[in-house]
Amino acid sequence: MDIKFSAEDLAFRDEVRDFFASEFDADAAKQLGGVQSEGYKAAIVNWQKKLHAKGWIAPGWPTEYGGTGWSVTQKFIYETERGAAGIPDVVPFGLKMVAPVIFTFGTEEQKARFLPEILSSDTWWCQGYSEPGAGSDLAALNTTADYAGDNYLVNGAKIWTTFAQYADWIFCLVRTTKDMRKQQGISFLLIDMKTPGITVKPIVTIDGKHSLNEVHFENVLVPRENLIGEQDKGWTYAKALLAHERTGMAEVADSKRMLRTLKQRATEEVNGGQAMINDPVFQLRLSDIEMELMALEYTELRVFASMAAGGMPGPESSLLKIKGTEICQAIHELQLQLAGSYGGALQAVEGELSSAELGHDYAYEARGKYMYGRAATIYGGSNEVQRNVIAKAVLGL
Amino acid sequence: MNFDFSEEQTMIKDSVARFVREEYDFDTRRKIINSEEGISRDFWNTFAELGWLSVPFAEEYGGFGGTVEDLAAVMEELGKGIVVEPYVSTVVMFGGLVAASNNSALKEAIIPTVIDGSCMGSFAFAERQSRYELADVATTAAPCDGGYRIDGEKTVVINGGSADKFVVSARTSGGQFDHQGVSLFLVDASADGVSVKSYKTMDGQRAATVTLANVVVAEDQLLNDLGQGMDLVDQVMPSILMALSAEALGIMATLNSITVDYSKTRQQFGSPIGSFQVLQHRMVDTFMACEQAKSMLYRSLCQAGEVAADADADSAEFLKSVHALKVTVAKSGKQIGEEAIQLHGGIGMTDELNIGHFVKRLMTINVTLGDRDFHQKKFNQLSYSGS
Repeated sequence: MDIKFSAEDLAFRDEVRDFFASEFDADAAKQLGGVQSEGYKAAIVNWQKKLHAKGWIAPGWPTEYGGTGWSVTQKFIYETERGAAGIPDVVPFGLKMVAPVIFTFGTEEQKARFLPEILSSDTWWCQGYSEPGAGSDLAALNTTADYAGDNYLVNGAKIWTTFAQYADWIFCLVRTTKDMRKQQGISFLLIDMKTPGITVKPIVTIDGKHSLNEVHFENVLVPRENLIGEQDKGWTYAKALLAHERTGMAEVADSKRMLRTLKQRATEEVNGGQAMINDPVFQLRLSDIEMELMALEYTELRVFASMAAGGMPGPESSLLKIKGTEICQAIHELQLQLAGSYGGALQAVEGELSSAELGHDYAYEARGKYMYGRAATIYGGSNEVQRNVIAKAVLGL
Repeated sequence: MNFDFSEEQTMIKDSVARFVREEYDFDTRRKIINSEEGISRDFWNTFAELGWLSVPFAEEYGGFGGTVEDLAAVMEELGKGIVVEPYVSTVVMFGGLVAASNNSALKEAIIPTVIDGSCMGSFAFAERQSRYELADVATTAAPCDGGYRIDGEKTVVINGGSADKFVVSARTSGGQFDHQGVSLFLVDASADGVSVKSYKTMDGQRAATVTLANVVVAEDQLLNDLGQGMDLVDQVMPSILMALSAEALGIMATLNSITVDYSKTRQQFGSPIGSFQVLQHRMVDTFMACEQAKSMLYRSLCQAGEVAADADADSAEFLKSVHALKVTVAKSGKQIGEEAIQLHGGIGMTDELNIGHFVKRLMTINVTLGDRDFHQKKFNQLSYSGS
């Protein structure tokens, strides 16, 4: 049992660390720190273009399409360094979600048409899966695509569509054949957001921000060439994609960094003249989280080690999403608690008062993260669905 | 990077697992704990023959030369059978302290007798007032003709009734709570002035109150330099805590698998209870609790390896991990134990079923050498105080 990296891997780690330190400057950090802020799209595209120029934009892709050719270990190191540096992940919809479907199941024409602009971040994608009547039960979706002539006629609505307001394209699961078992009869369609009949309505979330949307389709014509693979087989492609996306969900490096920040702030916040970090009750809350995270770090390493050895991840991999998101939320909660009554201030940073006038500088951000962070146990398969999956797949229930 | 046991470790792990599976069924264990001594000397000799008692000791004393990782491999499997023979108290605690001492004559005399099974030992550290603070020592050792005269009382001495020898902590200088001034002596159970009152503990094991009145021990029975006993204890304690945690891990995994299996066969309302979502989610939670405890054990073992191999390794981080391990094992153990009883329903309440006996061993491990709150407080002191 050991956790040593080879000299080559350590050299790679240093290279990644140096690149992030020199390229991810304070300005980029500020613009990317607050999701959904003004100029967010430009900032993230700018950052992703830097990664593209470096050749690091798509570690998960095969090299023939522009992937890095990294080993499992190098990918793990890269992700860990990214989280530790506080750099947000690339916007996943194009690079991590639709691209693997295209390069695995798409035609040569589709690959040539879509992959280069995903790689260069010149097209922005969004994901059309969930519907008003299909959330955790995704296969209950009802958006229809009727085949007529050389086109599909799409009608229906998608919901919780992140960044649809920025998107050039949307990939959708649509029902092409009724009267089949509900996982069958679903197809995977790529749709240009500029097509007539598409409207995007913003959904403001409980953090007061706008990243989610409804996307409505009314008699939207989609050319047949935008169908991925075979008609009625879309569910299979979507599932294969989920397997592709399994790794890296524990976000241990991100949580470790957030916890470091939290501890630093707890040395500055005082109550009755005593730093909160020295308050025994606060210490207890802090260490409850820190110890869970220390364990999760090694759960993640165990999963990674078995994958690096060429094996499949063991049953422990299934808990990464549940524990990772629960820990993230616990950190957000304690951060907000630490901000005390300042946590209630609205728009203190961007609006009426400067943080100096308010007397506090991170409360606003802490509340936003807490509120928006509630989504983490809902999306990507809610944690309750994750438990169903473990009960069946791991415990055999 | 890898988290696999080596070939050698797998061999010894398999050998313990085979013994538990084939020779140490629940009825056999019940007979043993109800016997007069409460342990099986025959099995102890088997352990010696199979080499298990030699695992942590250096080859120069006839040992296997193993690390704490090897110990953990053995302990995890012993846990699956809730084996009551005194492996922890004799090999890990008593043997561990002797092996780490700087008294080579003592080591040469004692270690081979632990390995061949002829000497059982125990570490007598606790006192009525001391709770979990090992340095709270009121027992005294005063210089006298022939060495030191020890007076005091030691409580909850694990397997004290069967022990041939004790390592006794006694104060040779300083105040009652001082880290400095505690000395460790090897004391023969049959020495004049030693009286041992043994009793049963809820986990099927035995403990004893050991009274020492005018017990004279020679100076050459000191394990470390005079007054430096706590340094030795501090040095060995992480291994003891990791070994106990490995045992707990074996118990937790067993409880989970028994419970999941039971839920697949127990029918209520016309269905196996394992088909009910509310129970499924709770079994998923206990599965995760067990995996997290395993990860924390592996974290501690990996860092123990680094600290042993490299003087510059971060020993404070290692200590934090060990405290966190004991906390995690206590938390996970409580959750897993209580859910195992709950999901079994009425039958889980019976003494006849093995479930309750696994749970009681977990409860005992929790209060051995510091409970969850004690270790969380230590963790907090190391992590946050002085920030």
